[in-house]
Amino acid sequence: MGDFDFGVIERSLGYLFREGMTFTLTLTGIAAAGGIFFGTLLAMMRLSSHKWLSLPATAYVNLMRSIPLLLVIFWFYFLVPYIGAWVTGSSQPIKVGAFTSSVVTFMLFEAAYYSEIMRAGIQSIARGQVWAGLALGLNYWQSMKEVVLPQAFRNMVPILLTQTIILFQDTSLVYVLSITDFLGAASKIAQRDGRLIEMYTFAALVYFVVSYVLSQLVKRLQLRIAIIR
Amino acid sequence: MSQFVTRSLLALLALGIAATVSAQELTGTLKKIKDSGTITIGHRDSSIPFSYYDQDQKVVGYAMDICMKVVDAVKATLKMPNLKVALNPVTSATRIPLIANGTIDLECGSTTNNLDREKQVGFTNTYFVTANRYVVKKASNVKTLADLKGKTVVSTAGTTNIKWLTEENGKQNMGMSIIPAKDHAEAFLMVETGRAAAFFMDDILLSSLVASAKTPGDYVIGSEAYSVEPYAAMMPKDDAEFRKVVDTATANLYKSGEIHTIYAKWFLKPIPPKGINLNLPESPQLKKALANPTSSGDPAVYQ
Amino acid sequence: MNYNWNWGIFWEMSADGRHTWFMTLIMGLGWTLATAFCAGVIALILGSFIGVVRTMPVRWAVRLGNAYVELFRNIPLLVQLFIWFFVLPEVLPDSLGDAIKAMNPPWASFVPAVLGLGLFTAARVAEQVRAGIQALARGQGMAGTALGLTLAQTYRSVLLPMAFRIIMPPLTSETMNLIKNTSVALTIGLIELTAAARSMQEFTFQVFEAFTAATVIYIVVNLIVVNLMRWLERRIAVPGFIGPAVGGGGH
Repeated sequence: MGDFDFGVIERSLGYLFREGMTFTLTLTGIAAAGGIFFGTLLAMMRLSSHKWLSLPATAYVNLMRSIPLLLVIFWFYFLVPYIGAWVTGSSQPIKVGAFTSSVVTFMLFEAAYYSEIMRAGIQSIARGQVWAGLALGLNYWQSMKEVVLPQAFRNMVPILLTQTIILFQDTSLVYVLSITDFLGAASKIAQRDGRLIEMYTFAALVYFVVSYVLSQLVKRLQLRIAIIR
Repeated sequence: MSQFVTRSLLALLALGIAATVSAQELTGTLKKIKDSGTITIGHRDSSIPFSYYDQDQKVVGYAMDICMKVVDAVKATLKMPNLKVALNPVTSATRIPLIANGTIDLECGSTTNNLDREKQVGFTNTYFVTANRYVVKKASNVKTLADLKGKTVVSTAGTTNIKWLTEENGKQNMGMSIIPAKDHAEAFLMVETGRAAAFFMDDILLSSLVASAKTPGDYVIGSEAYSVEPYAAMMPKDDAEFRKVVDTATANLYKSGEIHTIYAKWFLKPIPPKGINLNLPESPQLKKALANPTSSGDPAVYQ
Repeated sequence: MNYNWNWGIFWEMSADGRHTWFMTLIMGLGWTLATAFCAGVIALILGSFIGVVRTMPVRWAVRLGNAYVELFRNIPLLVQLFIWFFVLPEVLPDSLGDAIKAMNPPWASFVPAVLGLGLFTAARVAEQVRAGIQALARGQGMAGTALGLTLAQTYRSVLLPMAFRIIMPPLTSETMNLIKNTSVALTIGLIELTAAARSMQEFTFQVFEAFTAATVIYIVVNLIVVNLMRWLERRIAVPGFIGPAVGGGGH
């Protein structure tokens, strides 16, 4: 296999990016937005003093953090149609496409990780600050909103973004379902044309460039908005 | 997660009740297709020439052509000329659960119909008959199964072939190490790059993979056939209404003789992506199965 | 109904005619743990080394360490395993490449999996070690120098013992991540726990039973590892010293 043909990359660029990368980025974007939304809910539930709110949330987060993403991907791909039937009250498993299924999977899986980041972010603000707020005559929610959350948020944002870069990399795992994400597209061409070396090296390079550039941007952002304590 | 299991259990219980209530009108898959305005077809990555990607990454193949005829029949039945066709890639390992959970309505690839699988899914009339064999490199001097004792071999995960191989390996105490590959192309690469001594698969798929390889002359397909594998499109189980449409469409296609034109297009003429010609006339078993369409999963029917 | 439940499946004979499906899963777990352990050793040694290098007052070494971490953190693990498995043997000299490919399974999958996971996790450990050392008061290093210790002695006797204690919690989650990440090796043919559950699903069509079993096993392993690490953390704790938490994240 000494003969390399890097022309295969050039010939398939359109397919790799128009289909593959579009799928990867859309999946990352929607799953991140949804994951942060559900993650916030979970974090709030976990910090609640009501046991019936905090216990299920804790159980969910611990469950998701105990099992491999790959297993979760398989679980959801086969299970989501049944869940969909349950939610909509349909008599049959409902049709959920590969894309929707992946979105649901990553959203619910990442929500557990996002919620941990947020919980840590909120807890990192010294309790005294809430008390200080109370002493100033603010009520609990006001001191949360005016004092704690703005600081917590500034600390959290870089970590949330870093987690999103990890999510971007993790979406490559949908490869196991033969879905045409960026890696899926690369591997389909690689296997059809017997050009594994060229395609996998190129895929590695693209993932590296995207993740590296984004992580550098996050670092800059972190320096700008961090609160020095 | 167990919470979800309970929920889906409940949903399935509800399903049993609901199914008995709504008898009239359309039910099952046809209703789902009508409501969504879309029929979802499961296709393969590298089941040449049944269902695979051509040079423009479009899904093409013998099974795809047959399924498009079925889609036409579904359009006519539902009076929906603008029915959309969605394509969902599947692997040997995901196809059966995806039919069962309703993600795909029809699977068009290289799926063997057998009695074991008929407990999980439905099959329409057989469109190809093949056999389980192995491919090896000529240079390896493997002549019989016994020569593979203690060697590393590969097969595609979720196929009847890997099942047969695993069972034989145990029964005959062969001591082979079996690698499960994600799809046929990946499995063939294992042999091409020297990671595995043999790839066990249906002979038609092996021939097409060899023909599209960089150096087809390097490979040889074993002379022994280990099983009879009738291929058919897969659909949800126990859905009489949908089944009737699919079975009628395929039976008409076979009996009218139109199937022979489609067959010739994929097996007797150059096919994409590389313009190879498989040059494989219809076998006597296939002729018989096409003349008298059958959806039987019993290999004896095809002898 | 399209699904037939059969929880008795675990005690039925698997396709190889030798083991029950339950044993098949347990053997899968064995490979999961073996892979995680070997990769963990590589990650701990190499990661600590790179982490230390990144805090040393030698600029080019710091740069090299940073480059390693950036490289291995910014490529998906799956792609890294593909590189080790598919690409490496082909770019090496033919004889060496062929020798790698001719290894008997499961070694042909196991070795690249351990290597890939080890190097990937090393980058993450290096990041924790660096953060751990830098979280110590600067004065600690200076105190070492003031006592007449060499740089190596300062690291060995002053900085590292404290740094490792500080980073025990993040190392615990890295250990859990590593165990979970071994599942990615199924893509290169390693029959670890997830792959065993998959093959059970493919042969028996009992999707949900197989996945439920794998899920339960992962949870149990997780609980054991967390408790072991906590016990270790308590055993080595220095009275009166509570290290600051170091950010986690990732999986």
